[in-house]
Amino acid sequence: MNFFVEAIAWILDPRHYGGENGIDTRIVEHLVISFGVVLVAALIAVPLGYAIGHTGRGRAAAIALSGGIRALPTLGLLILIALGVGIGLTAPFIALVVLAIPSILAGAYSGFEAVDRRTIDAARSVGMTEWQVVGRVEVPLGLPLLIGGLRAASLQVIATATLADYVGGGGLGHFLFLGLKTNDYPQVLAGSFVVILLAIVSEILFGVIQRLVIPAGVSAGMSTNVRVRSPRSQAATG
Amino acid sequence: MNWIVNNLPQVWQLTLQHLATSLPPIALSFVISVPIGWAANRFRWSRGFLLTVFALLYAVPSLPLFFVLPALIGTGLRDSVNVVIALTLYGVALMARSTADGLESVDPDIQLSATAMGFSGWTRFWRVELPLAGPVLLAGIRVVAVSTISLTTVGAVLGIPSLGILFTDGFQRGIVAEILTGIVVVIAIALLVDALLVQIGRLLMPWGRADATASTGRLDRRARRAAAA
Repeated sequence: MNFFVEAIAWILDPRHYGGENGIDTRIVEHLVISFGVVLVAALIAVPLGYAIGHTGRGRAAAIALSGGIRALPTLGLLILIALGVGIGLTAPFIALVVLAIPSILAGAYSGFEAVDRRTIDAARSVGMTEWQVVGRVEVPLGLPLLIGGLRAASLQVIATATLADYVGGGGLGHFLFLGLKTNDYPQVLAGSFVVILLAIVSEILFGVIQRLVIPAGVSAGMSTNVRVRSPRSQAATG
Repeated sequence: MNWIVNNLPQVWQLTLQHLATSLPPIALSFVISVPIGWAANRFRWSRGFLLTVFALLYAVPSLPLFFVLPALIGTGLRDSVNVVIALTLYGVALMARSTADGLESVDPDIQLSATAMGFSGWTRFWRVELPLAGPVLLAGIRVVAVSTISLTTVGAVLGIPSLGILFTDGFQRGIVAEILTGIVVVIAIALLVDALLVQIGRLLMPWGRADATASTGRLDRRARRAAAA
């Protein structure tokens, strides 16, 4: 327990704030890196995911790609790129974007797929153009799943961005690696606590956003709890 | 290529250590998540509570957890037990959700039929509900397996032996071939274990293929969502 007291004392120590290596500076740096990564990943994955979800083409390829990337060890990718482009933020940034893409892609296309086909047929039959179907029906109805994908991606990125400093990329990993090198365990533990706290706060925040973006019509429909399936036919065929 | 030939014994040694660190968490998380999934699904209040707890547990980043665990349980900082425990916690965090979803997807009519045929609560769970939740469980454990095998490499920054050592060592010595070898072997192991799990699933659930088209859409959707998560 002694270590925990020391770690908390380390976090509360005013000398560890302000300046280049302050906890506050590193938190901001960590968040800026994470936000930038998720933004870039979203710019790539959301249009691609929407295209897959809307046309239904390329789904198998997207699933295979996502599965393959999940197996790809981020540490290895990060170091491999770092050997190519050198020490700094570039390598971790690229590696983290690759890490973030599968979750966002899955959120985008599964959001479109989850829309009831009858709803889309109805939208077409009232005279909506293809773009209106996408923009006014599929995007709003798929938003909760997209936010879910962004949530998973952000969580992974915030957690994994601690590795960035292994190749000199900065962020909160700095305290972990510096503490490890200098055998300063309280600093390692303090840095760990801050990252864990940041990840949990992000998770809770996204949970709230995810509830807020459910379109009013959808959440109204959910509360009626209609049992669509006929119990008889199931029992008879089963 | 030369590097691999010259260092084959080391790569093999690290591969074995990698498997020894990553396979126990996969098996443990499956076993542990069954009672948790059952408990989560049994009562309305416990579902929300347990699933929230595990969602937050999953939010804890792995690298910091490797550092915090030694202080909590008194192991050495470079002990691979920390990685096993941390990855088991992650596996459980993911699998508890899959198990609860899988058990929930079992048709209530089937459960009633089983009871009507004289199954007790205990045998009904093991012989009806759990097997029928199988496809969702399989989807969940496949995700756990692949991400566990990949995450095990992170322990290398602390010096815990795994294939990740090839990354850190390759970085320090600037050997691209060493890093590439590490990446390829990790992906190969992950795909191999994944294929193995699919085969085990086929053996244990022979009805899966024949029934694939007839199964309820709800179950399919859950399995697919678990795979996408």
